[in-house]
Amino acid sequence: MSLAEPLRSGAAQAPDGAPVLSVEGLSVSVATEGGSRPLVQGISFALRRGETLAIAGESGSGKSITSLAVMGLLPANVRATAGTVRLGATDLLRLPESRMRAIRGDRVAMIFQEPMTSLNPVMTVGAQLAEAIRAHAPLPRRAARARALDALRAVRLSEPERRLDQYPHELSGGMRQRVMIAMALALKPDVLIADEPTTALDVTVQREVLDLLRELRRETGTALVLITHDMGVVAEMADRVVVMKDGRLVEEGPVARIFAAPRQPYTRALLAAVPRMGTRPPADVPADAPALPSAPPVCTLRDLTVRFDIGRGLLGRPTHRVHAVEGVSFDIRAAETFALVGESGCGKSTIARAIAGLVPFAGGIDLAGHELRGQGDVTRAVRRDAQIVFQDPAAALDPRMRVGDLVAEPLVIHGIGTRDERRATVESLFERVGLSRTQLDRYPHEFSGGQRQRVCIARALALRPRLIVADESVSALDVSVQARVLALLRELQDDMGVSFLFISHDMAVVDSIADRVAVMFLGQILEMGTRAQVFGDPRHPYTRRLIEAVPVPDPTHVRPPRDRLASEVPSPVRRRDDPPRRLRLRDVGDGHLVSEPGPPGEPV
Amino acid sequence: MAAYLIRRLGGAALILLGVSLVTFFLLYVLPADPVRQIAGRSATPETVESIRRQLGLDQPFWVQYGRYLWNLLHLDLGRSYLQRSEVSELIWARLPPTLLLMAGAIACELALGLTMGVVAALRRGTAADNGLMIASFVGVSAPQFVVGLLMLYVFAVRLGWFPIGGYGTFAHLVLPSLTLGILGAGWYSRMMRSSMVEVLRQDFVRTARAKGLTRRRVILRHALPNAVLPVIAMIGIDIGIFMGGIVVVESVFGWPGIGQLAWQAIQRVDIPIIMGVTLVSAVAIVLGNLLADLVAPLIDPRIRLR
Repeated sequence: MSLAEPLRSGAAQAPDGAPVLSVEGLSVSVATEGGSRPLVQGISFALRRGETLAIAGESGSGKSITSLAVMGLLPANVRATAGTVRLGATDLLRLPESRMRAIRGDRVAMIFQEPMTSLNPVMTVGAQLAEAIRAHAPLPRRAARARALDALRAVRLSEPERRLDQYPHELSGGMRQRVMIAMALALKPDVLIADEPTTALDVTVQREVLDLLRELRRETGTALVLITHDMGVVAEMADRVVVMKDGRLVEEGPVARIFAAPRQPYTRALLAAVPRMGTRPPADVPADAPALPSAPPVCTLRDLTVRFDIGRGLLGRPTHRVHAVEGVSFDIRAAETFALVGESGCGKSTIARAIAGLVPFAGGIDLAGHELRGQGDVTRAVRRDAQIVFQDPAAALDPRMRVGDLVAEPLVIHGIGTRDERRATVESLFERVGLSRTQLDRYPHEFSGGQRQRVCIARALALRPRLIVADESVSALDVSVQARVLALLRELQDDMGVSFLFISHDMAVVDSIADRVAVMFLGQILEMGTRAQVFGDPRHPYTRRLIEAVPVPDPTHVRPPRDRLASEVPSPVRRRDDPPRRLRLRDVGDGHLVSEPGPPGEPV
Repeated sequence: MAAYLIRRLGGAALILLGVSLVTFFLLYVLPADPVRQIAGRSATPETVESIRRQLGLDQPFWVQYGRYLWNLLHLDLGRSYLQRSEVSELIWARLPPTLLLMAGAIACELALGLTMGVVAALRRGTAADNGLMIASFVGVSAPQFVVGLLMLYVFAVRLGWFPIGGYGTFAHLVLPSLTLGILGAGWYSRMMRSSMVEVLRQDFVRTARAKGLTRRRVILRHALPNAVLPVIAMIGIDIGIFMGGIVVVESVFGWPGIGQLAWQAIQRVDIPIIMGVTLVSAVAIVLGNLLADLVAPLIDPRIRLR
C-alpha cells in the first residue's frame, strides 16, 4: 500500500487533458514450439480521465491480449516484448510483480466476459467483495463488509444485504456481472478494463449493464477501456475507438468519425457487415406479403407443451415442474424462414429439440405430412425431414472424424447411395456451402469457426430435409463471417426451397433474415407475425422492450429515456399443482397475433 | 435432508442384504469344509456328522441363509466355530485398532497426496513435477506387503526410529499408516494434480489475480477448495480399498485389528467370523460414502442433497 499511495496522488493530480493510461508501441508474443509468434504488434493508445475507449475487433485481433498485458495477467508463455504501458508516470511493464499486485484491482481493475464462471463458486459474494477490498485497504472485517455492501448498492443490485451471504450460483448472469462490476469499482480505480462485459448476457440485461457502466463512469470519473466485438455497443458507449485486426491497430479516432467516415477499408467492411435493425426494406421478399394459402406448411406445431419434472420428495416423487414450452402453436411454410426470438430460458431451443425428437413433448407436431404425437413418433424417417445446425460448430463436429465422413454420416445412417455416390454427394455439398472438395479429408480443427459452421450446414443438407432448424447458428461467429453465413442460408433457401426455423437472441440478425417472427417469453408466444409487423409495429410491451434494448451501431442515435428496469425474468419452475396461465393470442390485423397482457410473470 | 437420509439408509440396507447373500453363497459353495477344521483329522464320521447337525450345516442353503438373516435382524452375528465366543464381541474388541489405523492412513494419504498434487500442478512441466508423478506411480504400483517390509527394514530395523511391530503408542501407528496410505497418496496426488491444473485455468482464478491478491491467497483460498472437491468424493470409495490392504498391513505389522481376525478366520474357514467381518466392512464402505456425500455440500454450496 505504501508503494501505491504516491502513485495514486500523481495520477489524481494529472490535469484532465493528460492521459491516465497510455500504451505506446506495445508488442506481445507467445512462445510456441516453432519459436516466438507475435500476437500484438506496436499498439499505441491513450486514455483520459472519465473517457471511454473502445477496442473493437474480431476474434484473434489481439484485443483481449492487449488488456491482459495492461493488467500484467498474461499467460505464462505469453510476454510483452516491446513498448510501454504507463499508468500516470509508472511503466507497468517494468514493475516487479509485488508492486504490480498493489496496482491490480486498486488502480486498474478488470471485468470479464463470463459472469457465470468469473466468480469463485465456493465463496459467498460478500467474502469475495470484502477480500478484494482488504487486499488493498487495511480494513477490519466488519468495515470491509460495510464497504462491500456499499459497492453492491452502487451497482443497484436488489436486496444487497441478502446478496452478501449468497453464493454466485444463486444469482442470475446479470446479477453476477453486477457483482463483478461492484468488485472492480469498490476501490474507485483510475482505469476499468471491461472485456466483452455484456456478450454473454441477454439483450435487456445487456442494456441495464451498459447503462450502469455509463452512470458509474460519470459518477466516479473512472476511465473505461471497453473491449468488444459488438459495434452497437461501441457506438453507444465509446468516446473514442481503436479498431484492431490481427494484432495491429487499423484505425483510431473519435466514435462519430469512425462510424461516419471510416478511413480504412477494414473498418468500412467491418461496419458494413454489422446487422442493423430496420434497415431491410419491409417487402424485399415475397413471403412478407400474405403467404400463398395453396402450399401446405412444412411444419405445424399445435399446442406444443414440454415440461420437465424436478425436485424429489420423500418417496422420490417430483414436487416441481419446469414449464419450458406451454401451448405453442405456429406453422412454417415452404421456403420460409420462421424466427423464434427471446431471452435465455424462454423455451426457444426446447422447441427445436422437440421437433428433432430429443425431448418428450405433448401436443402435436406435423412435419412434412407426418403427424407426431410424442417423442416415440419421431422415427428415423421423420428425422430426415428436419435437421439441426447448432450454435457451436466446434462442439457439434466429432474432432476425430474427417469432415467428409461427418457430412456423409447422415447418408450412411439412412442407407442412402453407394460409397462412391455418397462421396459425390458430399463433394457437391461442399461446393454448395462454399468449401473446396480438396478439404474433404481434413479434420474439424483445421477449419476456422465460419468454415466449421459451413460443414455443419452441409451435413444438415445431406438428407435434403424440408426444414432446417438453425439454433443460434450464427451467434458464435464474428460479424463478417456471420454476414457470409447468413448470405449462404438465404442462397440455399432460394435454390433448394428449404424452410428454416431460425432461433436467435439477436434481434438484428433475425431482422435481416426472417420472413415471420415469434417472440417468446417463459415458454409462451407473446407476439407473432411477419417481420414487418413484429419489428415495424411491435404491439406487446415486451417485444418493444426487446427491440429498444438492442444496441444501435450509430453514435448519433438518440435513445429515448426509459425507466430503469432491474427486473429479472421470472422462473419457469412451478409447483406441480400450479400450472401457468395460458396466454390467448388475438389478431390485430393481417395475421399479426398479440397476446393479452398480464401473467405469466407480467412480462411488461 | 431427513428424506435424503432415510432414502440413503434404506439403500444401505439393500446393499448389506446383497453383500450378505453373495458372501454366504460363496462360502456355501466353497470346497473347504469348516466341520473338518473343527473336528480335526482323527474324528470319526459320526462325530463329524453330529457337529455338522449341531451347527445346522446339514440344512439346505436357503434354510441356513434364512436363519443367519433372522439372527442378523436381532444383531446377532453368531458364534465363532473355533474361538468359542460371540463374533460381535470379537469384532468389537478389534474395531478400535483398525479404525485408528484407517484414520492414520487417511491422514497420511491426504497429507502426502494433496501436497504432492498441488506442488506438481504449480510446477507443471518441471523436473519437480516429473519426479513427484514418478513417485506417485511407484506408490500406486508397489505391492503393500513389499512396502510394509521395506518400511520395517529401513525405519525399524536399520534406523531404529520406530518399533518393529505391535500396538500401543503413536510410534507404533506411524509405519502401518504410511504403508496403508502410500497407495491412496499415489492416486490422490494424480487426481489432485489434474484437478488443480484444471482449476488454475478457470476464470475465477483470473478474477482473483485481477483483484491483486497474493499468489498464496489465490492458490489457498480460491484454487484449492475447488480442486479438492473431486478428491473428497474419493475418500468414501477409499475405505473399501482399505479393507483389502488392512488384511495385509495388519499381518505384516502384527496390528491387532479386524484384518488379522479376518486372516485367521479365512485360514480356518471360520464362516461366522468371515461373514461378520465382511458385513462390518460393507457397513464401513457404505457409511464412508455417505459421509463423503454429506461433507461435499459443506465445501461446495452448489451441491444439494436430495
